[in-house]
Amino acid sequence: MSSIAASSTIGGSGSAEPSGVKKTSKRPKYSKFTQQELPACKPILTPRWVILTFLVAGVVFIPLGVICLFASQGVVEIVDRYDTDCVPETSRNNKVAYIQGAGDKICNRTIMVNKTMKHPVYIYYQLENFYQNHRRYVKSRNDAQLRSPREEHDVKTCAPEDNVDGQPIVPCGLVAWSLFNDTYRFSRNNQQLPVNKKGISWKSDKENKFGKNVFPKHFQKGAPIGGGALDPNKSLSEQEDLIVWMRTAALPTFRKLYGKIETDLKSGDTITVLLENNYNTYSFNGEKKLVLSTTSWLGGRNDFLGIAYLTVGSICLFLAVTFAVLYLVKPRQLGDPSYLSWNRSAGGLQ
Amino acid sequence: MGKCRRKRLHLRNLYAFKGRKSTFQEDHSHIGGPGFSRVVYCNEPNSPASERRNYAGNYVRSTKYTPASFIPKSLFEQFRRVANFYFLVTGILSLTALSPYSPISALLPLGFVITASMVKEGIEDWGRKKQDIEMNNRKVKVYDGNGIFRREEWRNLKVGDIVRVEKDEFFPADLLLLSSSYEDSICYVETMNLDGETNLKVKQSLEVTSSALHEDSDFKDLKAVVRCEDPNADLYTFVGTLDFEQQKSPLSIQQLLLRDSKLRNTEYVYGAVVFTGHDTKVIQNSTDPPSKRSRIERKMDKIIYLMFGVVFLMSFIGSIVFGIETREDRVRNGGRTERWYLKPDDAEILFDPERAPMAAIYHFFTAVMLYSYFIPISLYVSIEIVKVLQSVFINNDILMYYEETDKPAHARTSNLNEELGMVDTILSDKTGTLTCNSMEFIKCSVAGTAYGRGITEVERSMAMRSNGTSLVDDDLDVVVDRSGPKIKGFNFVDERVIKGNWVKQRDAVVLQKFFRLLAVCHTAIPEINEATGTVSYEAESPDEASFVVAARELGFEFFSRTQNGVSFRELDLTSGKTVERVYRLLNVLEFNSARKRMSVIVRDEDGKLLLLSKGADNVMFERLAKNGRKFEEKTREHVNEYADAGLRTLILAYREVDENEYIEFSKNFNEAKNSVTADREILIDEITDKMERDLILLGATAVEDKLQNGVPDCIDKLAQAGIKIWVLTGDKMETAINIGFACSLLRQEMKQIVINLETPHIKALEKAGEKHAIEQASRESVVKQMEEGKALIKGSKGASSHEAFALIIDGKSLTYALEDDFKKMFLDLATGCASVICCRSSPKQKALVTRLVKTGTGKTTLAIGDGANDVGMLQEADIGIGISGVEGMQAVMSSDIAIAQFRYLERLLLVHGHWCYNRISSMICYFFYKNITFGVTVFLYEAYTSFSAQPAYNDWFLSLFNVFFSSLPVIALGVFDQDVSARYCYKFPLLYQEGVQNLLFSWKRIIGWMLNGVFTALAIFFLCKESLKHQLYNPNGKTAGREILGGTMYTCVVWVVNLQMALAISYFTWVQHIVIWGSVAFWYIFLMIYGAIAPSFSTDAYKVFTEALAPALSYWLTTLFVMIFTLIPFFVFKSVQMRFFPGYHQMIQWIRYEGHSNDPEFVEMVRQRSIRPTTVGFTARRAASVRRSGRFHEQLKKNFIAF
Repeated sequence: MSSIAASSTIGGSGSAEPSGVKKTSKRPKYSKFTQQELPACKPILTPRWVILTFLVAGVVFIPLGVICLFASQGVVEIVDRYDTDCVPETSRNNKVAYIQGAGDKICNRTIMVNKTMKHPVYIYYQLENFYQNHRRYVKSRNDAQLRSPREEHDVKTCAPEDNVDGQPIVPCGLVAWSLFNDTYRFSRNNQQLPVNKKGISWKSDKENKFGKNVFPKHFQKGAPIGGGALDPNKSLSEQEDLIVWMRTAALPTFRKLYGKIETDLKSGDTITVLLENNYNTYSFNGEKKLVLSTTSWLGGRNDFLGIAYLTVGSICLFLAVTFAVLYLVKPRQLGDPSYLSWNRSAGGLQ
Repeated sequence: MGKCRRKRLHLRNLYAFKGRKSTFQEDHSHIGGPGFSRVVYCNEPNSPASERRNYAGNYVRSTKYTPASFIPKSLFEQFRRVANFYFLVTGILSLTALSPYSPISALLPLGFVITASMVKEGIEDWGRKKQDIEMNNRKVKVYDGNGIFRREEWRNLKVGDIVRVEKDEFFPADLLLLSSSYEDSICYVETMNLDGETNLKVKQSLEVTSSALHEDSDFKDLKAVVRCEDPNADLYTFVGTLDFEQQKSPLSIQQLLLRDSKLRNTEYVYGAVVFTGHDTKVIQNSTDPPSKRSRIERKMDKIIYLMFGVVFLMSFIGSIVFGIETREDRVRNGGRTERWYLKPDDAEILFDPERAPMAAIYHFFTAVMLYSYFIPISLYVSIEIVKVLQSVFINNDILMYYEETDKPAHARTSNLNEELGMVDTILSDKTGTLTCNSMEFIKCSVAGTAYGRGITEVERSMAMRSNGTSLVDDDLDVVVDRSGPKIKGFNFVDERVIKGNWVKQRDAVVLQKFFRLLAVCHTAIPEINEATGTVSYEAESPDEASFVVAARELGFEFFSRTQNGVSFRELDLTSGKTVERVYRLLNVLEFNSARKRMSVIVRDEDGKLLLLSKGADNVMFERLAKNGRKFEEKTREHVNEYADAGLRTLILAYREVDENEYIEFSKNFNEAKNSVTADREILIDEITDKMERDLILLGATAVEDKLQNGVPDCIDKLAQAGIKIWVLTGDKMETAINIGFACSLLRQEMKQIVINLETPHIKALEKAGEKHAIEQASRESVVKQMEEGKALIKGSKGASSHEAFALIIDGKSLTYALEDDFKKMFLDLATGCASVICCRSSPKQKALVTRLVKTGTGKTTLAIGDGANDVGMLQEADIGIGISGVEGMQAVMSSDIAIAQFRYLERLLLVHGHWCYNRISSMICYFFYKNITFGVTVFLYEAYTSFSAQPAYNDWFLSLFNVFFSSLPVIALGVFDQDVSARYCYKFPLLYQEGVQNLLFSWKRIIGWMLNGVFTALAIFFLCKESLKHQLYNPNGKTAGREILGGTMYTCVVWVVNLQMALAISYFTWVQHIVIWGSVAFWYIFLMIYGAIAPSFSTDAYKVFTEALAPALSYWLTTLFVMIFTLIPFFVFKSVQMRFFPGYHQMIQWIRYEGHSNDPEFVEMVRQRSIRPTTVGFTARRAASVRRSGRFHEQLKKNFIAF
């Protein structure tokens, strides 16, 4: 192999000058683009880059994890499962009959506050094993009808909760029909704790998706009645419980905002909840929980992100060390033929 | 007009025409019957009679579509693809209630993809359309019925029109030749576009027409009727009759001028249009070239089927689970239902628990639609776009542009780009491919003295062969860089002869006769450049041209050929002045492959009759007279030397003819020529044979078939890349072997396994002429020889890996070796050899060998050739490369890629091929990766909706994923990525083996990428779900709904998929930066714009980014975490692989990165350790010679310093 012979075919790459090209010439125009010689960054994973990358990732992730964990730990959360407890002992073998039966289903719950909760304290109900994301369920609504009174007859996607005696239901569909209707009243030391139910829904929903002049019509008039009823005199955009409910949950276990308590709850406080247990989760073995929670900048109490960051940060640091050791101990085997799979099989003559 | 008249010649003596009186043959009785119904009314195209016939016009359409048929036809083409058909079905299903998403999500991407494909089709077709327009608007002179020929567009020609075609114009349709500028109304036609042959053919009109029609005005009252065969594709026959002046004459192909051939050396011809447009023979002949698909694409189809399997399996599982869960909802006693909020007691069939099996079946279809994201809808169109752009790069590569002929490389199909990176065997034609097909007069032997000092390439390489170790690099460079001689066809250097010095030679008289013979004995036609007065020649073969040129350069300038004479200028020996001489040309005894000689009979100025003859040595030596063998011994010696040097030799001899003898000969000869009996040819042969005897030897000529520039170097590189090179040639064995040596395919210490049938036994049988016995014996002989060869190879195995074999087989033996029973054996033998040369092979055999290699080894084959005889081979091979050289366009027209020179193959394969292979395979892997990532997240989410087929993402997100957020980076990868730069592709040719062994598109790699996709999807889904689950996710106490989880997951997918791309590519130009980061940025921009549109359109994505996602820190933290986490495994894998198990291209990246590319020892280490012994090429040759001398390492070091 001679240098000149090699370069005589390669070397032209730089010297291709379009000098003296006739107009009719088919000579391709020279440009770095067409000759695929664009300046380029050609990174390769050198030890320095690999170790550095892992180090940086580790160094960034571990503090992030700590911060997240702190935020999560700073949140005070009280969870009270009441679905079974709120059914009288006598009816517990047939909870469905109880919940579907008539009569008052008042239930008293007592909640101990172990740690001071700064206001606002958010009240949630949590349902489990409830498939709000089921396709039949998600589709069973009509957004146009919710927005504008002119569209009230547009119920085509709402079957089977679309009409009552030929009259369109507003709001139609399974989602609205199955509106959650347990209610909670809170009191501390026999003193009523006001629940603020304003501003629990997304602003965009309230303003743009639920009409100010759309009023419930024929709602829950047909049999059987699903969930909660609506005040026919309040426009949909003011029915924030409905708006929250209608924004369907992603997963079968979900929480929905019920309201806010605008006072601090002190450590040691005993909260009494006067609870109306109306909603049927018994037929599908769903759990019902009442949740009180404060928030941090990160949201609610969820250690997952913090732990995940910490773990992965540590793994990255570990990998950085491992690679450093590997690179030191085991020098590179550049060009070892045994690594070339095709060479092994194709040795010899061919 | 008169001027033209003067030029009229009677050239009929020059060619042994069939008798001018054509006869009615059997075929003519069919006229008027079925298949022979065409009637052409000449000169009255608009008469009622011809209008009734209503023949098609002369408009020719080569486009695939017309404006009307474009939409339906191209749509049909698109939906023939399984994947597209699947998307069509899902698209239609999406209009029904079964659909999990709005129809737009299915139809928009489909529409986009189909539109893109159709636009591409349309643009390609528009290119053809433009060609059509150009072609159809060419002008020709057409008789307007009033004595004037007007210029008219081709497309307006009608059957029956009279046209006048001028010199060097193409014939616009199939014409009946009526008369020409020559008195005997012959004309010369170049049929290069039809059959690729460059020599001129002669056509001649009937006497009846030529005698009546001479000038434009003669056509005024012309009335003639042609009855002939219907349009057909046979180029070599034509049957018809002409009714003209109450006379009925038979017409043959001799009177038919075919469209797309060119009028040469004739001022003008008149013709009547017989076939127009699509009825013409050339268009009837044009068939679509076989469409070839690359190996990668075929494998890709398998992957698609695999994905279909996965989709159906998942749908099936999902449907079963869905069926079971739906069934659970059925009405229990007491009218209660489980999930009452779904109202299962009042459900349509899709969700009806009472009919759960039916619901499950419907769900299956829904799921198939939902999982359609596993199949990359844009894969085909992306690959097509990428390939077209790759072809643009190939076409624009300045290093594959050949200045001399002004020809850049031209990828005629873009289908096979990546196949170029996987070539295992190259099957090459020799003449015109390895060699220039330009003959150079380089030596001669006159009167037993050898003249000519030029060194041929073969001699140069032979010199190297003989003194092995003293290989000097400069020699090789001369081979590469040497510029061609100043005069085409002439490379003769010898002071004893040039510049008139020959007169001083002892044998000046013989020399004079020798050169005179060169100047007279040929069929070339001189063309005088009026401006410079120089003469150039139009000859049937390049050999012949080189003779005339040589004679001219040595002072015997042939300058004019008249109807019965040859004129040339020469130096008068006595006066020392240049004189003009005219030899009367009496007869031309033509060359053919049986006679292997060509003679002319002339009368010189002294009235002496001379027979001048030139021919192959074996036929000429036996024809010498007793007293003509004076120089025989010496000449034979020289001829053998010349043949050894790879030169073509011809023996020149003459004799004086007795007047009486000639008269008799002339009589017999003319009689024989005019006879119509079947044994006419034999008769002529006999007569000429008698004449060409008792010759007096003058000497021999040696003409070099020049190797193209850079061929040895290119072959060496290809050999180093591990590509096997076979030469398939029609030449004789000796020449082929010589060329083999010249381009280093053969070398001294190679063991040659020669298979031929030149054994005495077979020859004896051939003499006896028993056909069956010959066949039997030949077959046995070939098989025996093959067995011996195999044994030889077997014996050497293990002994030394450096021993190499070469197989040389001739055409006759090949016939037997290619028989079904033995072809396996032949292939085994051939693949065991480093070089294979098949000589004397026919075009069909070339194609058969190609097919054998292709199907027998299952590897990619590439055929390269330049002539019409290579067409079969080019079409048969996986890739056909046409050399756009001198032998016409036939090979190019049937090739997949055309290049101008053999040496560009190196760049085409090692650089473009490697890149394209690397790009396309990475691209496909990545495509499936990203779609699996996307699809699995959809699947996982569905599992959490009790398999109710609820998609995780907004409809528009679904539909735009493949189109906007992930398509451009992958196209950029396919177009621009370079694992190593061109320079390193050359420096480490073995890199090419990555493609040959298909390492980058192995199932291991494909499955690896797919599993990476599955992992990515699992990570994205579960991490997002855990981090956002039922918790309040922002400081305002809001919880994450479906749209928030979906939006977050989608953001993660877009980020991860694009970052993965950034990790996978090794070449970042501004393009990559723009498309990768642009795609991510575009996602956010899209989210904002889409979210800002009224909720009736954006539905649950309304303000989702501005209101819900962006203000929440947990969204950003989750995205960051997920994207880093999912990339860690790949990053670790790549780091470890790069450092400890680098692939070959990665090693080269290391070398480049560490700046060792100029450190010879380092490079040598990489090369030596990874290169397997190369067995052909001059590197191998040098290595072998160095091995012999035992200075292996030292020498290698020296060589690599040269890098």
